Formats: sequence, structure tokens, C-alpha cells
Amino acid sequence: MTSSNDIADVLDRLCPMYLMLDKDGRVGQVGATLQKLRPKVPMAGRLFLDLFEVLRPRRVASNADLAALGHTKLRLSFLDSPRTSLKGVLVPIPQGFVVNLSFGISLLEAVQDYALTSADFAATDLAIELLYLVEAKSAAMEASRSLNKRLRGAMIAAEEQAFTDTLTGLKNRRALDHILTRLAGAGANFAVLSLDLDYFKLVNDTLGHAAGDHVLQHVAKIMVEETRENDTVSRAGGDEFILVFDNVRDQAMIERIAKRLIERIKQPIPFDGQTCRVSASIGIAISGRRPECTPAHLIHQADMALYAAKHASRATWRVFDSAMMVDGVPVRAAAGNNIGEGNTAPQGGV
Amino acid sequence: MHGLINKAIQSFVCQTYGVVRWDQVTTAAGLGFSEFEAMLVYDDQHTIDLITALMSEFDRPLPDVLEDMGTFLVSHPQMEPLRRLLRFGGETYVDFLHSLDDLPDRTRLAVSDLHLPAMELVDHSVASYTLICQPGLPGFGFVMMGILRAMADDYGALVMLDHDGVRGATEYISITLIETAFAAGREFDLGARAG
Repeated sequence: MTSSNDIADVLDRLCPMYLMLDKDGRVGQVGATLQKLRPKVPMAGRLFLDLFEVLRPRRVASNADLAALGHTKLRLSFLDSPRTSLKGVLVPIPQGFVVNLSFGISLLEAVQDYALTSADFAATDLAIELLYLVEAKSAAMEASRSLNKRLRGAMIAAEEQAFTDTLTGLKNRRALDHILTRLAGAGANFAVLSLDLDYFKLVNDTLGHAAGDHVLQHVAKIMVEETRENDTVSRAGGDEFILVFDNVRDQAMIERIAKRLIERIKQPIPFDGQTCRVSASIGIAISGRRPECTPAHLIHQADMALYAAKHASRATWRVFDSAMMVDGVPVRAAAGNNIGEGNTAPQGGV
Repeated sequence: MHGLINKAIQSFVCQTYGVVRWDQVTTAAGLGFSEFEAMLVYDDQHTIDLITALMSEFDRPLPDVLEDMGTFLVSHPQMEPLRRLLRFGGETYVDFLHSLDDLPDRTRLAVSDLHLPAMELVDHSVASYTLICQPGLPGFGFVMMGILRAMADDYGALVMLDHDGVRGATEYISITLIETAFAAGREFDLGARAG
């Protein structure tokens, strides 16, 4: 019959983290690497359960419990610090038990806590490969992370410099400012049309954001179709659009466009089996080659006219008239105004 | 060519000769950019143009430049993670030499789309070896020369290396081990993960 010493000789070579226990659960031979984890505490002669806590199987509290175990998998941790967790297997032999242990997932901490070297692991142990893989993957992950960071920075920079509204494909506010500055600088004769959707919030609230987005895209398409190639159609934000018409010969042309926009936008917009209904209010300001007409000034005037249009009723348009402002403050339509019917300011409804 | 290889060339030139020189090389190569991303894959032609530009910009034979690059990859502090990965190959320089057979597979384990040429170590005696670098990456043998030399330093071994030339795109390096424990070598602590 094979003696404990013969078995220990083999185990010493094959698995440096083994323990041999007698029938009472007392440690006999110990693998070199396992003993290296507790250099000041010789394990031989100690009770297994004085060294380790058995986490699995549960309820192994006494040597009798241990002795009752058959061939079984173990999860252990040291009772003293560092409480490294270990996985293992227990095999009954005639003289008692053989327990073989390994670090499992706690390997990374273990090599640091105990300054282990590759010589401490069994020749067949994948520990070194695992450590290699962890480092290699960390390095690769770090490279990926730094790439992601740079790409994100580049994306933000590109968005900041973009001239296009991503939802509608129209020009954005940034682009609009550039165009207006150029036109004003050239002393051009141009018109600004400020368009605001009526009932848009209702669509968003009742039919959802997807419906709202669809409406914005649909309306954007109409605006592009109803304007000339050289005109600028921009989304200023939310449901507000600003259109710029260069080389405006007569006001009537702009009013015709406003009328057509209002007419088309108020048509029902089907979306996902439902119908979205919005309309458009429009304010118009015309530069008229006046030197005081800065871009900001014109947009402000168009907004005043839009305000007047919204106040009059929905789905209408107004052209800015100086009577709409008193000391830079818009005159309220309801308070005995100049904007109502019979007003000299051009107006329209569809 | 994998970004890691292009990035290695970039790091080598920038650290050894400076960013200005690197910009000259990329301009001469007509790349149109000067920053490689380690985790992207680039057109092979970029790397070929880069190497051609390296040859003309540096008044040195290409093998010498490539060998310096190999040395840089192991010995520069910035490349510490790579040195550590190579040291996982074994406890001694001879273990390390034998682990080179597995290097392409190990590399693929970490970065699945990075393909290095297959290598085979033939041992003639305990002190005499030939490393055979299969085709795939022209000049790779010269880079390996630099890596082998720097790793010998790392292990504290004393070796003589010779590039025995290229036969049918296969490169042969002869390695003569003079002393395994010539110097103390550098520390390799399994648990000290390179930041």
C-alpha cells in the first residue's frame, strides 16, 4: 500500500499547494507554495479548521463534519489576515485526506500579497498565463480607452464647429449668424422670416418625441421646397426656424412664400398611424438697405412681427412695422393696438 | 497594418529623435496625418511609406534603425508594460527564448487582430540557437534582434546575436549564449503590474 510519504513525494512535484490531513483533520505534509503563504506559521501539526474557514460546503464546523465529507470541491479562506480565498478539492485516502488548493480568481491579489514567482506554481497551472492575460488586456483596454477619449473630444469639437442641425439637416444657429453677418456686411437687400410652429408642444406631449421629431423634419422639408436654393433655412432651436432671403426685390414675393408655408404646414402630418396637426406663425423683417439693420436687429424685428402674428391668431403672418414697438418694447395687440384689422402693417392669414 | 505596430514606430521615432523629426518623416511619407491610433488598423501602404521615409530621412541603414526600435520597445520606460508581457515568457533567458514560439499566439490572445510572424526556436546546443522568423512582416527579424538583445540585458544574460540573412522572406537569427547570469538583470515582480 502506498504510504503517505510516497503520496507526498508525488504531490510535492505536481501540486505545490496541497495538504495531507489525518483522519482527525490534523495537517501532515504541506506543499511548499502553500506554506510560503504563512512563512511564520508551520502548518504541519495544526488542525485544518484552525487554519482555514470552509465557506463551501456549508456547515463544516467541526473535525467530525470534515471527516464526514467525501470527495468534494471546497471554497476556503484563511482564518487570519490576509484572508486570501482559495478553491480546492478534498479527496479521502486510507490515511485521511488530500486537499489540493489553488487561488482561483484571487490570484491577482495573492501574487502581490505573497510575492509569488512563476516557480511557485505547478508547471501545468495556468496562473502565469492568467496574469499575462490580465496585463495584456489592461494595456489593450488602456489604449482603447485613450482612443475613445480622443474620438469623443474630436466629436465634441466637430459638433461645436458644425453648421448643420442634425435632426432636420437644416442650417443651425451658428451657420445663420455667419450668413447674416456676411449679408449685412455686404449691404445686401435681404429679408428675415421668423417661423414658429403652433401646437407643436401639444404634439410632443400627446404623441411623443418621435412624432415631434417627425413633424420638425416634415416642416423642414416643406421650407426647403418652398424656398430658392440661395435662401437660407435654419432651425434656431426647438420649433423655431429662421429663413433668410437674399436679394429681395419686392416684399410681395416674401409674403407669397409666407402664405404658401402656412398653407402647407397646416396640412395634417401622418405619423405611425396617427395624425399630427400643427400650424405656423410667421414674422417678417426686411433690411431695405438701411445701414442700422444689423443681423441682430433684423432678427429682433422679425420676432416682433412674429409676436404680433401669434397675438392676432394662429397660422398668420405679419411684416414688421415700426408701430409694433414703442421704446423697444412690443405693443400688445389687445391693448388698443396698431396691429389689428385695418392696420397699415401688411398682414395675412390663410 | 495594425495600429500597434505603426504606433510603436511613432513612439520610437518621437522618443529617440523628437516630434519634429517624426513630423518630417510622416510628411515625407505623405501620410497626411502624424498621429497613429494603437487600436485602429491602417492600410499596409501607410507602413511601407513610413519605413521608406525612415530610410531616407535617417542617414542610417534600415536594419540598424529597426534593431534600435526593437531595443526601444523593451528598454524604454514608456514601454514597461510590453517588457513585462515579454518577461511572462519565462524565468530565465533560455525559457524566454523557448517562449517565442508562442509569442504570436500570446499576442493574439491579448489583441485578436494583431498578427505577428510565426517564430521557431531551434536549439543546437545549450548555448547555441537559431530563431527562424517566418515571412509576414519584412524587417521583423531586425526588430527581433533588438528585442533579443534588450531582453538579454533584462535577464542579466550575455549573448551574441547575428542576423544570418533572409532566405525566401524567412529571416534567421543566430543566438549564442555566453553566460546566463552575467549581470543582475532587472526585477520582475509578478504582482507589480505596470501602470
